[in-house]
Amino acid sequence: MTLLTVEDLSIEFGGLKAVDGVNFNVEAGKIVSVIGPNGAGKTTLFNMLSGLYTPSRGRVTLAGKDVTNQPPYKLARLGMSRTFQNLQIFLQMSVLENVMAGCHLTEGRHIVTDLLGLPASGRRTRQSMKDALGLLERIGLQSHATDEASGLSYGALKRLEIARALAVRPQLLLLDEPAAGCNAVETEEIDHLIAEIAAEGVAILLVEHDMKLVMKISDHVIVLDQGMKITEGLPTEVAQNPKVIEAYLGVKATEEVHNALG
Amino acid sequence: MKLTKLSPKILTLLALALLVIIAPMFFPSSFYYRIGALIFINGLAVIGLVILVGYAGQISLGHAGFVGIGAYSCALAPEHLGISPVLAVFLGAFLSGLLAWLVGRPILRLRGHYLAVATLGFGILIYMVLSNEAQWTGGPDGMAVQATGLKALLKSMGFKVSASEMWYWIAAVVMMIGALIALNLHTSPTGRALRSLHDSEVAAGTVGVNVANYKLSAFVISAIYTSVSGSELALMNRFISPDVAGFLHSVELLTMTVLGGAATVFGAVIGAAILTSLPQVLTVLHDFEHIVLGLIMMLVMIFMREGLVPSLAKILRRRPK
Repeated sequence: MTLLTVEDLSIEFGGLKAVDGVNFNVEAGKIVSVIGPNGAGKTTLFNMLSGLYTPSRGRVTLAGKDVTNQPPYKLARLGMSRTFQNLQIFLQMSVLENVMAGCHLTEGRHIVTDLLGLPASGRRTRQSMKDALGLLERIGLQSHATDEASGLSYGALKRLEIARALAVRPQLLLLDEPAAGCNAVETEEIDHLIAEIAAEGVAILLVEHDMKLVMKISDHVIVLDQGMKITEGLPTEVAQNPKVIEAYLGVKATEEVHNALG
Repeated sequence: MKLTKLSPKILTLLALALLVIIAPMFFPSSFYYRIGALIFINGLAVIGLVILVGYAGQISLGHAGFVGIGAYSCALAPEHLGISPVLAVFLGAFLSGLLAWLVGRPILRLRGHYLAVATLGFGILIYMVLSNEAQWTGGPDGMAVQATGLKALLKSMGFKVSASEMWYWIAAVVMMIGALIALNLHTSPTGRALRSLHDSEVAAGTVGVNVANYKLSAFVISAIYTSVSGSELALMNRFISPDVAGFLHSVELLTMTVLGGAATVFGAVIGAAILTSLPQVLTVLHDFEHIVLGLIMMLVMIFMREGLVPSLAKILRRRPK
């Protein structure tokens, strides 16, 4: 089932075509990676998909609905959630509260109930707490639940963002460089986590520079260069494409990829 | 993992209740009841600002405008509409909430300095209306406010208290209710949504928080708090002038909020207590009053950025046991 369809998506910043006529599909339960050199437009693409930037042309369809130009909070309701390359953690909250904040949609909007502290308000909070603790356990941070989020290591914060995004219960999860700045062990953990999430039927769109990770877990790879899609296909196909090697991978990385693929 | 220690909510309420009950034991004269009442009245407004500034991370330099609306509702409604002054408190709160809702929609699109200037303009507008519509409000000279009849009621029931004492307890109870509501909010789903947009509007949006709507809610709630404090002020003083709606009062309220610690209800009350009582202590040094206030503000901002209460709490926690 095609969950996300992107057609002719483009954006210009003062004449510079940051993303130009990009097309692709993402299917439920599949991991699709977007790769390309720095400045290729990967994060810009993500920001358009998640409603932060307004595309100058093109269409985004999520689960059959046209969602072009929808604000982020509406996209969340339609089942899209994301993480950020430059972390957007709620630093004045505890680790647990960060994930609980992700439960916003299941909690609903009941301001008067919350002001009066009625039992229903406490029930919703306890339910979120339970869900959030479950997610923290999954990313291995349950022992840090009551710590201030600002005290966590970089790698832990990256995983915390994934947990918060999962709390939204997305059908489509956008991960912007989840392994950036993580050591080998942490990258391995994130690798498992992503595969697990996809196995549950969530579609994953991934921007990542760690080629080993990308080639190992992706079902499909899209290559961007200077705002345009230069090719897409299976990881093995993409890795052998001369255009990709020239634009991005280089010879040494190609060897690395072949090693990773065995 | 101890999630179920004595919750901060209960602790704060206990501390406030103790403060309210113990303080009168040290009052040398009934004049101090009046200062106490003023502290609690300002405290209520500052708790409202904690919701706006501390929880939601928005700023307002015009909240005294809502103090004015609350105050003048209690002055004008009994005279022209014939409703009781106590009922007028609710009318004022409703009007303030409505106005905040109308004004907040366009204004809260702005951020930081722009929002500060827009709210500043709003506050000045209210002040101008109150001081220029002299046929209604008595202009800059102010106007008298009808008695609530509460004191007479108490007297008929056999309680003989001075007006200052009565208002001390009324303001204390109203502030405690305000504190309870703000504390309920803090740990509730709505509170988390507000605090999330404080830290990152972008991330709040991606978890489904309608940022504009929640900002507006915080603005309306804080306007209602501030309005009630204005009503109390009018009813206690039996007199009101447009100065309560002025820019200086807005700055005073905001200073109390950040002095105590913008994100904590207890800090709000401490901030209100310090800045309300200080001018009374400093009357001896009347000419230097503003200098000393300014100095305190600067020192807190330089050495205790988060405000008094959170900074002190951190220092205490860091000390080895």
